[in-house]
Amino acid sequence: MEGGGLGLEITELRLGLPGATAVVTGKSEKKRAFSDLTDGDDDRKAAAPVAKSQVVGWPPVCSYRRKNATAEGSKSRCMKVSMDGAIYLRKIDLSLHKGYSELVTAVEKLFECYGLGEGLKDEERGERNKLIYEDKDGDWMLVGDVPWKMFIESCKRLRVMKRSEAKDLGLSKERDFLRGTFQLKDC
Amino acid sequence: MAYSFPEEVLEHVFSFLHSDRDRNAVSLVCKSWYEIDRWSRRRVFIGNCYAISPRAVIRRFPEVRSIKIKGKPHFADFNLVPDGWGGYVFPWITAMASSYPWLEEIHLKRMVVTNACLELIAKSFKNFRVLVLSTCEGFSTDGLASIAANCRNLRELDLRDSEVDDLSGHWLSHFPDSYTSLVSLNISCLGSEVSFSALERLVSRCPNLRSLSLNQAVPIDRIACLLRQAPQLIELGTGAYNAELRPDVFSSLSGAFSCLKELRSLSGFWDAVPAYIPAVYSVCSGITSLNLSYTTMQNPDLTKLVSQCPNLQQLWVLDYIEDCGLEAVAASCKDLRELRVFPSDPYEEDEFDIALTERGLVSVSEGCTNLQSVLYFCHQMSNAALISIAQNRPNLTRFRLCIIEPRSPDYLTLQPLDAGFGAIVEHCKGLRRLSLSGLLTDRVFEYIGTHAKKLEMLSVAFAGESDLGLHLVLSGCESLRKLEIRDCPFGDKALLANAEKLETMRSLWMSSCSVSFGACKLLCRRMPRLNVEVIDETSEVAESRPESFTVQKLYIYRSVAGPRLDMPDYVLSMEEESPDLIG
Repeated sequence: MEGGGLGLEITELRLGLPGATAVVTGKSEKKRAFSDLTDGDDDRKAAAPVAKSQVVGWPPVCSYRRKNATAEGSKSRCMKVSMDGAIYLRKIDLSLHKGYSELVTAVEKLFECYGLGEGLKDEERGERNKLIYEDKDGDWMLVGDVPWKMFIESCKRLRVMKRSEAKDLGLSKERDFLRGTFQLKDC
Repeated sequence: MAYSFPEEVLEHVFSFLHSDRDRNAVSLVCKSWYEIDRWSRRRVFIGNCYAISPRAVIRRFPEVRSIKIKGKPHFADFNLVPDGWGGYVFPWITAMASSYPWLEEIHLKRMVVTNACLELIAKSFKNFRVLVLSTCEGFSTDGLASIAANCRNLRELDLRDSEVDDLSGHWLSHFPDSYTSLVSLNISCLGSEVSFSALERLVSRCPNLRSLSLNQAVPIDRIACLLRQAPQLIELGTGAYNAELRPDVFSSLSGAFSCLKELRSLSGFWDAVPAYIPAVYSVCSGITSLNLSYTTMQNPDLTKLVSQCPNLQQLWVLDYIEDCGLEAVAASCKDLRELRVFPSDPYEEDEFDIALTERGLVSVSEGCTNLQSVLYFCHQMSNAALISIAQNRPNLTRFRLCIIEPRSPDYLTLQPLDAGFGAIVEHCKGLRRLSLSGLLTDRVFEYIGTHAKKLEMLSVAFAGESDLGLHLVLSGCESLRKLEIRDCPFGDKALLANAEKLETMRSLWMSSCSVSFGACKLLCRRMPRLNVEVIDETSEVAESRPESFTVQKLYIYRSVAGPRLDMPDYVLSMEEESPDLIG
């Protein structure tokens, strides 16, 4: 199947059977604090050789459909939200919410994990989970740090994390200024 | 024959034949039947605009009222056909303008339509009624203005999925005040805002309006007043369905929907806000077609909406529906006939983060006994699931499965999916259309060649191991009309061995395969009524290519019109490359 003269070079595809190592795509190589904490289902991950964006015309979704999915005029800001222990990610549309309190409520509803809001407001007291997000630079930050509008622009994805782990990874320490701030920055 | 019926009687009998195939069969019986058919044929379908010249069609069928023409190959939808390839409708319009003054309907798919074409249509056909431009391009809203201004008897204007140069929404105001015959309007693909007052006046003065598909620019708070003017609507495509929840807007919308007693089809819902969805609940029990494939709405709201439609026959939705949603569909929508599930994020880099798997499709195949047509995008599949689906639903006629990762094996056994697709073709004896995906060896083509006797269209990607695969399909599938292949190790041998077969088909597309330049020339020499076109976007000059050069893209189609004259530089007709061809 492999071999020269097949014209397969043209597709820039690397042929890989299940079990082949993952090909790194154009994504940033930056080491993110939680990259080791992700799901342990490595078997399924291993069967993922090629980034789809490298293959022209695949998956076979019509141009007008692709246009609509990422329409310039579209105001939707759909973010993936993952939670430790949950197999499936959910998605949340940030543009549908006016501020942090609404967002937190929506996330709580999605995963049925209440008490997220408490964790945001008062670090020391909250024993529950924390809501964090990955920003444009690939850094993970506590939700609630920055003004809402700035947050919507820079947020790439969200995660509900166990409070203990967040502390271990030094998140709490760096965000000392949150202490004493009971007002979430809704703008 | 002495006992022949008079012509008028035969013509009357033929008028009950609606399928082209039946009429074609009738025309072959004898000369007089041929003549009667040609003079009474009112509808013509041209599956490939390059298969025959406009003159030849007009010569044979002088009294046509309705024509449907298709242009570019199907894979043009996925950006595999470069710009400027062809599919120009202008020669057809000019020919028909002088020969079909009574033409009423023009349906075009994947064609290049210019403003000049639209102006010519508007001027030439006094009784023009229906214009459907499906996935077309090349025109602007100025062209639409000509149609609006001049076609006094226009019933239908449907721009579905076309790419329109949207200069402004002003064109809609060109429908004169005296114009009242609109039955169907689909402008969902347009970006800019049409004048809302012009739209409202148009809707209110057209009492026969049955189908209205708005574009995103029509805001949710305007829909209610439109609907109140058109309670007779059967099909509605909303605009953007998104705004802050306001009780007055909600109740107005809700009230307007409840007046739509005949509504059967709903679509649109861009950026739908769940809070406004209950406004449509009153029509759900009558809905037979629901297209939610542009809405970002998720569960539970999405499933809740769909489960309220017990008479649903056609559902187009994004993978936000998830397995649980499809289970609900299987339980509530017992008359479902067509299901399409599109990927919300086709270029998703993380897998398995949408809760839609093969299980959803299996549920629907179990619960919906009338299911015939499936288009399904997902991340994982198993042979077991496919076998289940095949056994549950032997009445499937269209089965298109796209496992998003190329060459994905059965995720449970890590085996190829040959057996699964084999079960599909074996059980579904009436299968007419099939799209394959996942890890597939030549075996699957053996199954297809052996069992898929009614198969008319086959799409293959990243599959197979050798020429044998292609050979098995070409030699086994008796009803095959369209074959499109990409990124498969199929080459010269299978193609040349089945050259005659290609003339029984409409077309064959092969890209990123292993066909050589030399084989293309040879094929063209052997088969004079095939157009063999090689698409090559590299900058090398044609003459310098050796025989062994592997072509990038190949499009072969039967034609009685000879090679076309409108090819761009990157398309080479093998006819020119084979000068010793006997014409």
